Amino acid sequence: MMGFENQGFEEAQLHASHGEMESLVLDDDDNNNSGNDNNPSSRSNGITNGDVSQHYNHPLSSSLPFAEILTTDDDDPLLSSSSPHQNPNSFNSLLEPPSYADASFRSFDGDHGKQINGHGAVSTSSPTADSVYLKVSVTDPQKEQDLNNSLVPGGNTFVTYLITTWTNLPEFNGTEFSVRRRFRDVVTLSDRLSDSYRGYFIPLRPDKSVVESQVMQKQEFVEQRRMGLEKYLRKLAAHPVIRRSEELRVFLQVQGKLPLMKTTDVASRMLDGAVKLPKQLFGESVVSAAVDPNDVSHPAKGGRDLLRIFKELRQSVANDWGGAKPPVVEEDKEFLDKKKKMQDFEQELSNVSQQAESLVKAQQDMGETLGQLGLAFVKLTKFEMEEAIFNSQKVRAADMKNVATSAVKASRLYRELNAQTVRHLDKLHEYLGVILAVNNAYSDRSNALLTVQTLLSELANLNSRIEKLEAAASKIFGGDRSRVRKIEELKETMRVTDEAKNCAVREYERIKENNMNELERLDKERHDDFFGMLKGFVVNQAGYAEKMASVWESVANETSGYAAKNS
Amino acid sequence: MQQRSLNGGGLQSPRSPSSQPPFLLVSVTDPAKMGNGVQAYISYKVITKTNLPEYQGSEKIVIRRYTDFVWLRDRLFEKYKGIFIPPLPEKSTVEKFRFSAEFIEMRRQALDTFVNRIALHHELQQSEDLRTFLQADEQTMERARSQDTGIFKKKPSDLMQIFWGVQSKVTDVVLGKEKPVEESNPEYEKFKKYIFELEDHLAEAQKHAYRLVKRHRELGQSLADFGKAIKLLGSCEGDALGTAFSELGAKSEILSIKLQREAQNLLMNFEEPLKDYVRAVQSIKATERANAFRQQCELAETIKLKEIDLNKMRIIRSEKMLDAEHEYEELKADGQEATRRFETIVRLMNEEIVRFQDQKTQDMGRAFHEFAKGQARLANAIADAWRTLLPKLDSLSVS
Repeated sequence: MMGFENQGFEEAQLHASHGEMESLVLDDDDNNNSGNDNNPSSRSNGITNGDVSQHYNHPLSSSLPFAEILTTDDDDPLLSSSSPHQNPNSFNSLLEPPSYADASFRSFDGDHGKQINGHGAVSTSSPTADSVYLKVSVTDPQKEQDLNNSLVPGGNTFVTYLITTWTNLPEFNGTEFSVRRRFRDVVTLSDRLSDSYRGYFIPLRPDKSVVESQVMQKQEFVEQRRMGLEKYLRKLAAHPVIRRSEELRVFLQVQGKLPLMKTTDVASRMLDGAVKLPKQLFGESVVSAAVDPNDVSHPAKGGRDLLRIFKELRQSVANDWGGAKPPVVEEDKEFLDKKKKMQDFEQELSNVSQQAESLVKAQQDMGETLGQLGLAFVKLTKFEMEEAIFNSQKVRAADMKNVATSAVKASRLYRELNAQTVRHLDKLHEYLGVILAVNNAYSDRSNALLTVQTLLSELANLNSRIEKLEAAASKIFGGDRSRVRKIEELKETMRVTDEAKNCAVREYERIKENNMNELERLDKERHDDFFGMLKGFVVNQAGYAEKMASVWESVANETSGYAAKNS
Repeated sequence: MQQRSLNGGGLQSPRSPSSQPPFLLVSVTDPAKMGNGVQAYISYKVITKTNLPEYQGSEKIVIRRYTDFVWLRDRLFEKYKGIFIPPLPEKSTVEKFRFSAEFIEMRRQALDTFVNRIALHHELQQSEDLRTFLQADEQTMERARSQDTGIFKKKPSDLMQIFWGVQSKVTDVVLGKEKPVEESNPEYEKFKKYIFELEDHLAEAQKHAYRLVKRHRELGQSLADFGKAIKLLGSCEGDALGTAFSELGAKSEILSIKLQREAQNLLMNFEEPLKDYVRAVQSIKATERANAFRQQCELAETIKLKEIDLNKMRIIRSEKMLDAEHEYEELKADGQEATRRFETIVRLMNEEIVRFQDQKTQDMGRAFHEFAKGQARLANAIADAWRTLLPKLDSLSVS
């Protein structure tokens, strides 16, 4: 197929993302005949933008049917895309079977020896160099009943997917295994990863969708979701750090209910009956044992961290409006430069992605119209042949047939070219998703910094209060019992807070380090990916243009007798 | 501008008409916008070069407008029954106001083709109306135009309906008249059916050809936009990758121009000939012979009746008999004339059909050739442009 050397893995579904689209062809035979370039519903994502910040929706993404690539001439692509199905046989008898329909190359860029790491499943280029692999596929959506939580008997149905993994990573016990997961589990996985891997460029999970349950059941929606999940898991599997995470392993391997905690919030904790709000930054009353300084290494979330959120918010406002310089600033100028550059890049990339979409549409239209033109001439040819009285008519019919078949050929070539173009330019919109992941990682950093700043402020605050109390107490000889006690309490709080601050600083530094490493990794991958994209795009354009040229050249030669004498 | 001579020789300087083969060269050139607003129209220069004795002088330049061409066509329709009169470009009411350069040029070409086809037709070229058209001054022309009334003003589509008996069939029955006499020549029927169906097929092909022109323009535009955007991305990126983006963007823009050019070529040399084919078929549909046939039949009826009358008169020895005989002989002569006329039309039409099929094979062959040539040229240009970029990309990717 795409020249991937993956011995022992004949199943197409295991190819990397560039082969991913091809794999869709083989996986989804039911897409084969329903997918039409013209079909608008296959273009639009059924997924609405539930979480815009999480996922970049792009019309270029998954849903173009590539089934036509492997359609052979028994299904005249002309007829399937344009007007109502005419009898294909009568026309196909006039058209020679396309000799290239079974051509071994679908794309001209058979060059996959290097890179194209991107976000595919495979991180290796050649089997010998790095023999670690982790391949994931998502298949077999099934409806299931939620027996536990349904208030209405038989009311709550959901879809599960079969997640199959092939790997030789040591932390997995086994080389091949499957589990069933539902979308909610994926959300949990994604949230857990966000918590554990702050500062990393974590691929974004597919959108949650806010649609009616009726739509949820529809095959198209389920199929799109399946594709999205597969893409997501493969991206995770391709990330050098995340692929080794415990969260991912548990998700992929542990049977039964997913044993990862969802993001906690006050409501569910109350339900659990165990409301242990760690007293982060309570300020006043202190129970030292209950405060785990390491909790600051987690971002403030939901109900239990309300107080912390308020404090950090106050701090950020103070940072922005206070005029006073916050105790620690983002000093890394290099970082700030890179951030700005990323923003510019994102803007331009978004623009290119849009234009790429127009280009794809224009190519598609061209192919369609050529096909329709060819078909019209086929009909004309047939007509003239049937009605021919004069030899001139027969000659004309023969000329017309020539043009007709060539137009049909050219139409097919355009469609193939377009499928390849989408495959390559898809990289553009993929990177828009990557940029979102990068922004998330930068947010992690900002949040961590804010935590540090908040704690430092808090420390300063505590310190000044202690000083004031000490000053007041010293004026009273023998001390003021209550004041002294107060001072002790505050000192204890301060000690705890100081420890927390140290944790926060460590966390911040850690995240900074992650950012930096990830940026390096991204730069390298981006370089490879984009060059791969450009080359692939160019090679395909050239290759298909050459094919088209030869088709038309032969027609031009055969009709050269008619050439205008005085041109 | 096509200047075809009568014998394909292309001889110039007709100083001695008797020694040189006869020629009649016409060209329609120099469109000029005249008038303002609703009254605006385009005028064309019609240049005639000839050595034919019927023409005054060897060269003449006149100014004509679209309605003059229509007048000529209508006159020829009337005078030369049975002959397929060359078609005119459509009278457009909308685009007239916009008068785009493209529209004007396409119209000029079509008008040029129209006159030349007449000049090359062995019958039509002898037309007196043609001579008027090519030589008369503007006032004479205007007078001639305004003298036209009645059926000359009708559109070919109207003529078609009347003469092919499509519409009148219905109205006659409604009005209680007897079923009108119609030709039931199977060959002719077959031909009529062929023409009608041919028009439908051609119209569809032409429609898609026009769309194809549009697609080329759209693809060109999107390549230009894409190129621009990717160049911006390149300048933002910098380094080798940035250069790669910029180079790709530049190539895209170059190809955009080529696509626009090809769109134009397609329009002129493929779509327009197809449109011309459609028009020709429509013109054929308007070629009438049903009227002549009907006349012949009616006269035959009348003659029969007259003969019966005459015989009656012979028996009773009426004094009107001589007059009646006289009338009878006249009627018979008319009858013969009508028959002759009809048979001429049939003969002409059959010749025209042969010519038409031949001509169309040539015209279409040329159109197909231009189409294929243009597409090949475009495809090669695209392939070249991208191929030359590849080594650059390769070297940049490792730098």
